Amino acid sequence: MKNLTPLTADIITNNLVPQRFGKRGMIWTGVLVAFCVVGAYAYFLQLKNGLGVTAMRDYVSWGIYISNFVFFVAISLVGSLITAVFRLANVKWSTPLTRIAEIIAVSAIVFASLIIVVDMGRPERLFNLFIYGRLQSPIMWDVIVITTYLFISLLLLFFPLLPDLKILIKRKELSVKSLGKFYSFLGSFWKGTRLQEKLNKRAVNILCVTIIPVAFCIHTVTSWLFATTYRPGWDSTNFGAYFISGAFLVGAGAVVVAMYIFRKAYTLERYITELHFDKMGRIVVLLALLYLYFNVNEYLIPAFKMKNSEEAHLTDLFAGTFAPLFWFAIFTGMLVPIFILLFKRGRRPLPAFIAGILVVVGAWFKRYLIVTPTLLHPFLPMTDVPENFKHYFPTWQEWAIALGSLAGALLIITFFARIFPIIPIQETINEQHETVAK
Amino acid sequence: MKNNDTSRRDFLAAALLAGVAAGCSSNNPFAPGDNAIKASGEMVKLLSVDGEVIEVDKAFLKPIPDMPTVTNSEERIGIAGKKFVMVIDLARCKNVGACKAACNHAHHLNPGQNWIKIHAMEEAEHTAPYWEPTTCMHCDEPPCVKVCPVDATFKREDGIVLIDSNRCIGCRFCMAACPYSTRVFNWNEPVLEKEIAEKPYSCETSMPQKIGTVSKCDFCPDMARKGELPHCVSACPNGVFFFGDMNEDSVTNGAETFRFSELVKDKAGYRLMEDLGTKPRVYYLPPVNRNFPFESGLEKDTTEKK
Ligand code: SF4
Ligand code: SF4
Repeated sequence: MKNLTPLTADIITNNLVPQRFGKRGMIWTGVLVAFCVVGAYAYFLQLKNGLGVTAMRDYVSWGIYISNFVFFVAISLVGSLITAVFRLANVKWSTPLTRIAEIIAVSAIVFASLIIVVDMGRPERLFNLFIYGRLQSPIMWDVIVITTYLFISLLLLFFPLLPDLKILIKRKELSVKSLGKFYSFLGSFWKGTRLQEKLNKRAVNILCVTIIPVAFCIHTVTSWLFATTYRPGWDSTNFGAYFISGAFLVGAGAVVVAMYIFRKAYTLERYITELHFDKMGRIVVLLALLYLYFNVNEYLIPAFKMKNSEEAHLTDLFAGTFAPLFWFAIFTGMLVPIFILLFKRGRRPLPAFIAGILVVVGAWFKRYLIVTPTLLHPFLPMTDVPENFKHYFPTWQEWAIALGSLAGALLIITFFARIFPIIPIQETINEQHETVAK
Repeated sequence: MKNNDTSRRDFLAAALLAGVAAGCSSNNPFAPGDNAIKASGEMVKLLSVDGEVIEVDKAFLKPIPDMPTVTNSEERIGIAGKKFVMVIDLARCKNVGACKAACNHAHHLNPGQNWIKIHAMEEAEHTAPYWEPTTCMHCDEPPCVKVCPVDATFKREDGIVLIDSNRCIGCRFCMAACPYSTRVFNWNEPVLEKEIAEKPYSCETSMPQKIGTVSKCDFCPDMARKGELPHCVSACPNGVFFFGDMNEDSVTNGAETFRFSELVKDKAGYRLMEDLGTKPRVYYLPPVNRNFPFESGLEKDTTEKK
């Protein structure tokens, strides 16, 4: 590694400009598109026949659509962590990761909004939210903060992209013609003058400061969708912090996974180095411990008291029908990744990647466990409903839509990386200069 | 005399509405309702919405059966001067289910949907089991109304909580928020007779049910407007349900009438989940000195066993 040729601006640019999909890229994209198509077909069926095509019924009135929504909102928080928190704290090593984090945030929040529309019984009445919207409903708060977060995130993606767009416009030979036009459309006003750079820097700083409270809001409000009800398992003052710590964890895990994949796919070993995996690994451990702490609060304190209303819910999670899933989520989502990443050898790219996948998978099921088991333990016993109302297992349509939405989010990230440099070129060049100058 | 006058006005206004509605259905809003209809030459006087008396040819009036008698905004305000309340006497219930059947029939609920649920309850291991019918509690601090993002579920001045299925977006937040699990969702297209399905929707009749929207017990305000009791109250052979007006301080099950305050005081009435602060408008009388043994209702029991 050490004896490689030093990185000049030219080499950096050549390495980092978006590359064409290889054969593997084509297959990957094809698979994702296939998932999306199946999901879209399932949604078409749902539009035609109503929510009856799902397994949701009067007791389990929220299923994997809502847990998927919570998952997306959670993962989108990472944009603010890596971009804003690290930038404000002047953490230098995170530069190559900022854009990865930000595009994960944008694609996740887009699909969070879509999946919530999918969950609606009357999606064509969405506009009612604007005609008759009532501010005291947590759903309205969610609509407001999620829209705000989406816009700030888009700007936070766009502004740092401007210098790179200039490079891309200049180096036409590196890209397809139609893309060149697109670049000019987006960024031709950017001349890179002193004033512009200064303004851009100011703007990014302001956005970084504003996105942190908004990020806290989106996930706190999402947790309030549950915590504002009376139900055992949701009626908790711990919920906001519990959700946010979990969100940072899954987001950081997702960044580790994305780092590994981009590094492999685009041979970026000199930009996303072992050092990055080491640092991100440490962060994941820290966040997993934090999340574990909130889980202890969330489950063990009610379990200590075993109030009548909580008992059925808690025993169902610990030792009942949901127990396998519950312990799976605790182990894969927290304990095993902590164990892997605590060791220096565990923070090398491959093991860190595996730990990241475990975190993300565990987190998805964790969201499911937050939403559904509670609904199966209402205050009054389940009475006068058909037998299938008393259980929940998603139908193929629900799976197809949920998987389709996950594939859709990945597709946005994939196309983004095809069109734009996934690692900021200009910033990398600048930093390279600084280190050389030292 | 005064009464007569208002009812005549109501009739005229309704007739006008009918005429206007007929006019609207043709493509040209300025053409009379149906071009095939010839003016009869016989004019009738109508009261317009701004209080003017206008004359219209009788032939152009088309009566529309079941035009809702009250507008949506009136439905959202409620019946003036009333505070509806219900008392359910658990000592008389033996899970006959006539209330449920009458309710389902009257509201054309689809199979599997029940606004009234009859739970087999037992507080603790050694205490006596009893039957507990539940309706919507029409809470005075309704959690469902608090969370509804579009005001599709709302609290009226007469105490009733209703749903506007023309506005509901089907987010089901209210179902999660209601601690009494009373809300029912139309997961599929409701199967309705044509005649019901074609009626214009009214929050007070809760009909016709619409796919992708939520529904629940509505305390039958349409019956109250007619001066009649809710369907469950009149259907119960054992007189379990009492319905009435808190302002008049009286409740009745059709056969017996009580002072509400005395009844609840004498029989130690209570409300469900008082600790949640939802302030229900449905009161329960404890299952003491019971008319029937609990076992007599077991046959129809559907309660989930823990
Ligand atoms: S019982 Fe449930 S649906 Fe009825 S008013 Fe109370 S919270 Fe709303
Ligand atoms: S399902 Fe309908 S009534 Fe219930 S909260 Fe949503 S919009 Fe309101």
